[in-house]
Amino acid sequence: MKIDPSNSPLSAEQASGFNRLMETLAPNQLDWLAGFIAGHQAANAGTTGSATAAQGAGDAGQEGPSLTVLYGSQTGNSEGLAEMLGDQANALGINARAVDMADFKPRQLKSESFVAVITSTHGEGEPPDNAIDLHEFIHGRKAPSLKHLKYGVLALGDTSYEHYCQTGKDFDEAFARLGGTALVERADCDVDYDDEAEAWIANLLEQLQHEAGAAGIPTATGAGTAPAAETASYSRRYPFMAEVLDNQSLNGRGSSKETRHVELSLEDAGLAYQPGDSLGLYPQNDPTLVAAIIEALKLDPDAAVTAGDIETTLAVALKHHREITLLTRPVVEKWAALSGDETLAERLSDNKALTEWLYGRDVLDLIEGSPVDSIDAQTLIDTLRKLPPRLYSIASSQSAVDDEVHLTVAAVRYENDGRERGGVASTWLADRLSDDTAVPVYIEANKHFRLPEDDAAPMIMVGPGTGIAPFRAFMQEREEREAEGNNWLLFGDRNFHTDFLYQSEWLAWRRQGVVDRIDVAFSRDQGEKIYVQDRLRENAEEVWRWLDRGAYLYVCGDADRMAPDVHQALLDVIMQEGGKNLEDATEYLRELSRQKRYQRDIY
Amino acid sequence: MSTHLPEAEIIKRESNYLRGTIAEGLDDLATGAIADSDNKLTKFHGTYLQDDRDLRDERRRQRLEPLHMFMVRLRLPGGVLTPAQWLGIDDIAGDCANHTLKLTTRQTFQFHGVYKHKMRPLMQAINALGLDTKGACGDVNRNVIANVNPYQSQVHADIHRYSVDISERLKWRSKAYAEIWLGEERVEARGEDESTEEEPFYSYYYLPRKFKIALAVPPENDADVLSNDIALIAIVEDGELKGFNVGVGGGMGMTYGNEATHPRLADVAGYVPAEQIVDACEAIAAIQRDHGCRTERTHARFKYTIADHGVEWFLERFAEYHGTPMEPVRDYVFTHNGDRFGWVEGENGNQHLTLSIRSGRVIDTDELKLRTALREIAKVHAGDFRITCNQNLIIANVAPEHKAEIQTLVDHYGLEDGSGISPLARNSMSCVAFPTCALAMAESERYLPSLTDSLDALMDKHGLADTPINVRVTGCPNGCARPYLAEIALTGKALGKYNLFLGGDERGERMNRLYRENIDEATILELIDPMLERYAAERNDGEGFGDFLIRGGIVDAERTPDVFHKAYAV
Repeated sequence: MKIDPSNSPLSAEQASGFNRLMETLAPNQLDWLAGFIAGHQAANAGTTGSATAAQGAGDAGQEGPSLTVLYGSQTGNSEGLAEMLGDQANALGINARAVDMADFKPRQLKSESFVAVITSTHGEGEPPDNAIDLHEFIHGRKAPSLKHLKYGVLALGDTSYEHYCQTGKDFDEAFARLGGTALVERADCDVDYDDEAEAWIANLLEQLQHEAGAAGIPTATGAGTAPAAETASYSRRYPFMAEVLDNQSLNGRGSSKETRHVELSLEDAGLAYQPGDSLGLYPQNDPTLVAAIIEALKLDPDAAVTAGDIETTLAVALKHHREITLLTRPVVEKWAALSGDETLAERLSDNKALTEWLYGRDVLDLIEGSPVDSIDAQTLIDTLRKLPPRLYSIASSQSAVDDEVHLTVAAVRYENDGRERGGVASTWLADRLSDDTAVPVYIEANKHFRLPEDDAAPMIMVGPGTGIAPFRAFMQEREEREAEGNNWLLFGDRNFHTDFLYQSEWLAWRRQGVVDRIDVAFSRDQGEKIYVQDRLRENAEEVWRWLDRGAYLYVCGDADRMAPDVHQALLDVIMQEGGKNLEDATEYLRELSRQKRYQRDIY
Repeated sequence: MSTHLPEAEIIKRESNYLRGTIAEGLDDLATGAIADSDNKLTKFHGTYLQDDRDLRDERRRQRLEPLHMFMVRLRLPGGVLTPAQWLGIDDIAGDCANHTLKLTTRQTFQFHGVYKHKMRPLMQAINALGLDTKGACGDVNRNVIANVNPYQSQVHADIHRYSVDISERLKWRSKAYAEIWLGEERVEARGEDESTEEEPFYSYYYLPRKFKIALAVPPENDADVLSNDIALIAIVEDGELKGFNVGVGGGMGMTYGNEATHPRLADVAGYVPAEQIVDACEAIAAIQRDHGCRTERTHARFKYTIADHGVEWFLERFAEYHGTPMEPVRDYVFTHNGDRFGWVEGENGNQHLTLSIRSGRVIDTDELKLRTALREIAKVHAGDFRITCNQNLIIANVAPEHKAEIQTLVDHYGLEDGSGISPLARNSMSCVAFPTCALAMAESERYLPSLTDSLDALMDKHGLADTPINVRVTGCPNGCARPYLAEIALTGKALGKYNLFLGGDERGERMNRLYRENIDEATILELIDPMLERYAAERNDGEGFGDFLIRGGIVDAERTPDVFHKAYAV
């Protein structure tokens, strides 16, 4: 394909330059450029394109179908997709709006005709924080009949969790049970959700147009289902290659922990982030594990394979493009078929047992445990899941560090079956990142973890372990803004002398009066284990006093144990100090949540 | 001179009798430190904050605060303790500190590496042993040191009793100690009587600076008695302690580059009968309390009070404060300021074994299980232990029938009774310096072994292997190992660089002087090598190295304040 200058706004010189470049581009590079240009346009032209479309749609859509896109989101993925759906619907003349579930009054559900739910799932199959109210409502006694409702559910999840896409499934089942009609079949997406989500969106829009057509309402045509313009040049799909500025251990000598402070450069990336946002990064697998897999299957590391739209060698595909450090159900299913291993098939029949078995195992375990007679490189690649990016809560504020981004990364290492294993991204950052390695990154906004808009509002920050990361960003920001609000940190880890992350910075903030109070709990410094939740209970009166003064509560860190324990401690504090029963205390916390005064970033 | 009070003086005065916010600081779990102002106050309580300087930079990069830990020093007048107390102190080193004990040049123990949360348990354990840490540091009377004198049993008993009595008399009284460390409830002070009730002697301002008292029994001067604010020189007649010559205004510390600061030997001013000596010490401390300089910390030691006003002035004040003037000085002779190693028999027939403890550090290493050995000895020992003023240890008052048992343990663990190392090595001393001391500019304790090895090689070369030379090393100029009384002294200037002082004697009666500034070991050895060569060839019978340097004109004998700051012009 070539541009003919006589047939384009380009000069002859520009056209020939462009054509020369085009000849050298591989398909994936072309893809990237397409996204880049779209992003560039969006950034420069503001919202001109979509405003026009929306206006057009407004005229035509007065009486047309009205679509409410409800998103339940912890990290922002659902929100991004909801907005994409909304924009595309508007472009087609369908009156659509994307609404945070937390901002949606549950009772209004019964007056909706078309609802799309896009939601992630949290921890052990729980809804994300902003979806809790609505989720409870549709499962409760007050749930209305939804006979008039036509809906679609897009569920985001991660097949490495037992309760994969559970919240999406819950919404789907509840809507159906309440009489709603599914416009399209629910789609359950793994971490690599882009293609499937786009297909679901296209399908839903087609059905909506069909509904509108049946109602005799004209809709715009020709807008197509092309991906909406990215809002920044670099994104999840087109990450920025960030240079490593610093990579420093935060644990003192003799520590049982290994936590790193990583500083990356966003210079010239044009990426902006807010305190509370996360950074997505694409890690590389350990070459030793890659080699072991290739060796176990007696394959040629240089064998040509296609991974998605990338043509490369087997070794490169395994290192960069496929998940090999953990196992997911679909992978096990495929491997069970390939190997014909009966035990594997049996394991798949018991979900709970499977989850337990998957824990701590990787692709090499699967290969060694259930050998195949022979397999070709391409089949192996097709069997495995695409290597998803890893998210880290950003530990810096741009108002303090300018075009840098800081992360706090705990190295995940363990031994299983006599073999040392590690988390892909954390060990990559800790062990295998040389000075000249660039890290592919993008910003993952998190609207649900934000500083109070009011600089005078007090904050209680509960952030044990790497959970301290966003609070470092918060304090940097509040320091820069000279915010007057009081700040209280509760931090915990194993040992005081070696594991108090960013201790010198927090003490300096306390000396300068930026931080008012620091309470710490180190579990292994004494006989009995002490955790942050214990400190909350010990200081119940003070916590209550702060809440009474309008304090915002933030919790960041471990979702499995810490967050529920802290939640319970907060309930105890509220019951004890507020003289409430469990139900009222729960409602009190819910209300805090609704007012965005109880925000969590847990993982 | 400014009339503005320095920070340390103000903090002390406003501390509410040494309370400050120490207790609150101990309860702050976010930091291993306490407030800077409280750190000045804890000195009075025998402890202050240090950090592991080896880790300082590493931890800065790790965004961790320095590895703070407390040094805790005991008040142990005369350095005498029971085997049960030894075992208790050893337990504390394991439970609360860094598993070592440091024997100091002021005859006491230092615990190092005590983390903040261990401070109260440690202080309570010390209290349970009938001991305390009051005034082990701070602007009060410090641990009173005394000759260990294993020969004269009765005189030692008397000397020790006086050291205890003086220490008790000049101990601070505030209830802050019991409240902060032992968990006693604060009794609110009552109105205007407060100062006399809380501190009858010191009042709310305590002394201008540290204050040190030592007792010597000539001819032994193991206490380097003249380096103290009060030097008590025992006068023994017919085996009976009659009284003391009293020296005033000695002190070691100085500051590089500040010629107004200098070490000074006490002036022996007069004689006081034994039964009056405790009162006399209180009177002298009171003179310093009332007349010492409070506007300038570097001029606040008693030695400057004496230097400024003169001995005559002092004698007038003493007569006034004490009610009785001093009598004329009596004759005495010092011959030796080191320890006597190995077994000796006392007048009472008991046996005493002096062990050489390098740099005073009691520690288990792969080569030498010193801490374990002393623990095992303490378990069977029925006499007492005495820490010497030179950081060594005496297993004292061993009944003749128990000598073999002790000797078996000494042999089993390979303890050093001085016979297995050179006279130079066993007479050497060092302060702690790196990694814990905040003042250190150069290595000291960790450097001493290699330094004495290097010097021993030179001694061997010149056929001086059996000759004692008094070598002392400190990491800074403040004088913890009494460097200015050594025949050869190194005081730290920077890592690997020292000031070289030469020309002290072996009696603790003449100070050395600065010979060369800021030099490394190779230069030091190059300078000393020819001196030793001449010493070997030209010395008189029994003449010490320091005395020879003076007689041979290698170093002058003049000791004015500036000789500690200006290198000797050859």
